[in-house]
Amino acid sequence: MDKELKFTWSDIIKYGAIGGVVAVYVILIGMVVAFNERYIIAETLTLGQIALFAPTFLLAYFAANNARKIKSLSFSIIASALAGLVTGVFVAALLVLASKVNIREVFLNVSPELLEILHFGKDSLTGATIMIMIFNLAVGLLGGLFALTPRRWSNAILMGASLVALMGIMQELMSITFGNKDWFKPVSEFIYAKKGLSWGGTALFMLLGILGSLWRSSASLHPGTKIAKMPRRQQQTIRIASFLLGLIILLWLPRFLGSYPSEILTTVGIYIIMGLGLNIVVGFAGLLDLGYVAFFAIGAYTVGILTTTGKLATMEWGFWMALPAAVFLATMAGVILGIPVLKMRGDYLAIVTLGFGEIIRILVLSDWLKPYIGGAQGILQIPKPSIGDYAFKGPQQIYYIVLIGILLVGYIAWRLRDARIGRAWKAMREDEDVAEAMGIHLVSTKLLAFATGAAFAGLSGAIFAAKLGSIFPHSFNLIVSINVLSLIIVGGIGSLPGVVVGALILVGLPELLREFADYRMLFYGALLVAMMLVKPEGFIPEKTHARELHQKPLEPEVAPEAPAKEAI
Amino acid sequence: MAKKRNADYILETIHVTKQFGGLVAVKDLSIQVPYQSIYSVIGPNGAGKTTFFNCITGFYKVTEGDILLDGESIVGLRPDIIVKKGISRTYQNIRLFQNLTALENVMVGHHPRMHAGWLGAVLNTPATRHEEAETRKLAMELLEFVGLKGYEQELATNLPYGQQRRLEIARALASEPKLLLLDEPTAGMNPSETEEMTNFIDNLRKELGITVLLIEHDMRVVMTISDYITVLDYGEKIAEGKPEDVRANPRVIEAYLGRGAATQHKAKAA
Repeated sequence: MDKELKFTWSDIIKYGAIGGVVAVYVILIGMVVAFNERYIIAETLTLGQIALFAPTFLLAYFAANNARKIKSLSFSIIASALAGLVTGVFVAALLVLASKVNIREVFLNVSPELLEILHFGKDSLTGATIMIMIFNLAVGLLGGLFALTPRRWSNAILMGASLVALMGIMQELMSITFGNKDWFKPVSEFIYAKKGLSWGGTALFMLLGILGSLWRSSASLHPGTKIAKMPRRQQQTIRIASFLLGLIILLWLPRFLGSYPSEILTTVGIYIIMGLGLNIVVGFAGLLDLGYVAFFAIGAYTVGILTTTGKLATMEWGFWMALPAAVFLATMAGVILGIPVLKMRGDYLAIVTLGFGEIIRILVLSDWLKPYIGGAQGILQIPKPSIGDYAFKGPQQIYYIVLIGILLVGYIAWRLRDARIGRAWKAMREDEDVAEAMGIHLVSTKLLAFATGAAFAGLSGAIFAAKLGSIFPHSFNLIVSINVLSLIIVGGIGSLPGVVVGALILVGLPELLREFADYRMLFYGALLVAMMLVKPEGFIPEKTHARELHQKPLEPEVAPEAPAKEAI
Repeated sequence: MAKKRNADYILETIHVTKQFGGLVAVKDLSIQVPYQSIYSVIGPNGAGKTTFFNCITGFYKVTEGDILLDGESIVGLRPDIIVKKGISRTYQNIRLFQNLTALENVMVGHHPRMHAGWLGAVLNTPATRHEEAETRKLAMELLEFVGLKGYEQELATNLPYGQQRRLEIARALASEPKLLLLDEPTAGMNPSETEEMTNFIDNLRKELGITVLLIEHDMRVVMTISDYITVLDYGEKIAEGKPEDVRANPRVIEAYLGRGAATQHKAKAA
């Protein structure tokens, strides 16, 4: 225990050095340059600079946090500033090196633009070095102060800063979406400058974020507390009213937002449906399935084959007839995959399902099936769904199919979670042998989980095919499975609203940031690692899971071993 | 709970042998457990007691022999079927569903007596709702019975040791068993907790009318509550009978305390 409780000067340097290595890495992979055109606050702060200073901030934050546990307040502040300075040394060293020696032959991203950014407007190398040091010291200090602010306030500031960043990133999207609306011009002139938020906008969103967060965290102001005090009938009325209000907003959203944002929402929605399905398999039943994309592919290809009017035309069914077929076939595939893996657990299950996903992908690409499903050329001319005269022709219309899908699938998942079958899944997740000894039939319970998850993915795939109008094998890569798994982990494994939040963060956000595409996997990896360290239960954890990770046992456990009393 | 009796014994094992490769863990073991009795299986560590339990509950397949529950053979049935037939158990090293609440643990225990399926749950049919409410009520009653009232929403893992033991028994009782297998229910308990557990087990029979098959190390417990005892050593039965008989049996003393103690005992008796 003693070892953990030490925090010395060398620890400070260690933290700073870690920050330095990460910062240099971020610079060398080109993130700073790639994000530098994206202004968050006009003429002041770019996303590139945020990427540059984020390691400094984080490591200083951790340094101060850990120092505070044992050392004095002033020591903790000094620790954070010093850690920031050490990080600065690394960045400055890189700048000096890059200015003296041509390292671009190895590190392609060390471009003149990068050097310009790192000079911070100073001409001389000495001046720039000093600037880097000052900035890192200041950011380190900020990180330290942030760590030492009371939790409620630091959360509020974080919320404000996130909102500012989000609104900054959304500038382009906002002007595409609302550019032709009358009300947008004055609003836009206030919150945005030419590039990035104006100071007024920055202050506004910061304030909104802080107030919003404080309002939520304050027990007396939080709406939940007030509602909990009301009589039951009234509570129910409020619940129904807020559900209806939410539904109306959701129904109206695509009309309000227009085509491009609806497109993003539809994509997010398709992932939400998949997430809800995988959440049953992984989150409830604890069966790690890495080949989940296979069912998505089966759903999409079923609709593709049955409805296409192109070269591969067969049945030329309508979407609504093909949809149940897609769900049915995906469900069957779920059962068929389920049978051979019934006896497998954990890692073995993950590997076998991974293989299944690859088999489907390779089959889809194969020459053997090319006459039927088009091979690498995919299936073209998949007609849009329609009801009577109403055609779901663009993302604004497909959105409604996705929405109904989410509501349906979410309802099913919610009902199953608290029912007999949901409890059986959870029991199986906790301890398979005991679950069986408690009367749970493992075979049927597992197959039901696989089948339900697969059915959801099939539905999702069917909508995906109808949305795109053409499908290609490369849409069904392993990466889809990983995305879905990541989004349920980030959202909170086993949690239904978590799936929605996870999909918005992992699928929605990257759509807003096109520069981002190259670094998507890096971002996922970093986010997953950070989540595991800081918030392993996810953003919106399942109730009991949060307690498992953050609550102390009622009493210290008595060691179960006691001397056996064997004397007669 | 009125019980139909189809046989002379609720549980009868007939020459049960369980072999793991060359190791014979249980050898030619026959016991007869009368209805509504408390029957203890004792023996030194490694005597094959838990293996024997695992054979009865279907977790292991017996190598030879037969096991009759209520006169009906249960050999070769899956564990979940055997629970349905009326045998449920607890574990030596508590195996609760750690991250489910106490209430959920007990409700899972009632699983084999429920019928709701996938569709019933999704459509939330009146039958499903009724069954769910009944199960919840039963689980609450059982939690109260084992003294865990007020802990319904607590995660199993957060409960103190003694309460985890009792929760495990409540979970086992939720399947409405005819025969309850308790594997060292007082392991790791202090004397006052042990006494409480002893009374509790005695009560199980009195209030619920079920038969208890017990593995236990604590001789005071065994001698106080058992009607019959079987002593195992190296997988073989070395003695059986009423507590008084077993207590005086030199082979039992030898198995537990070694040959020296046995001769001493004999000398004393003489």
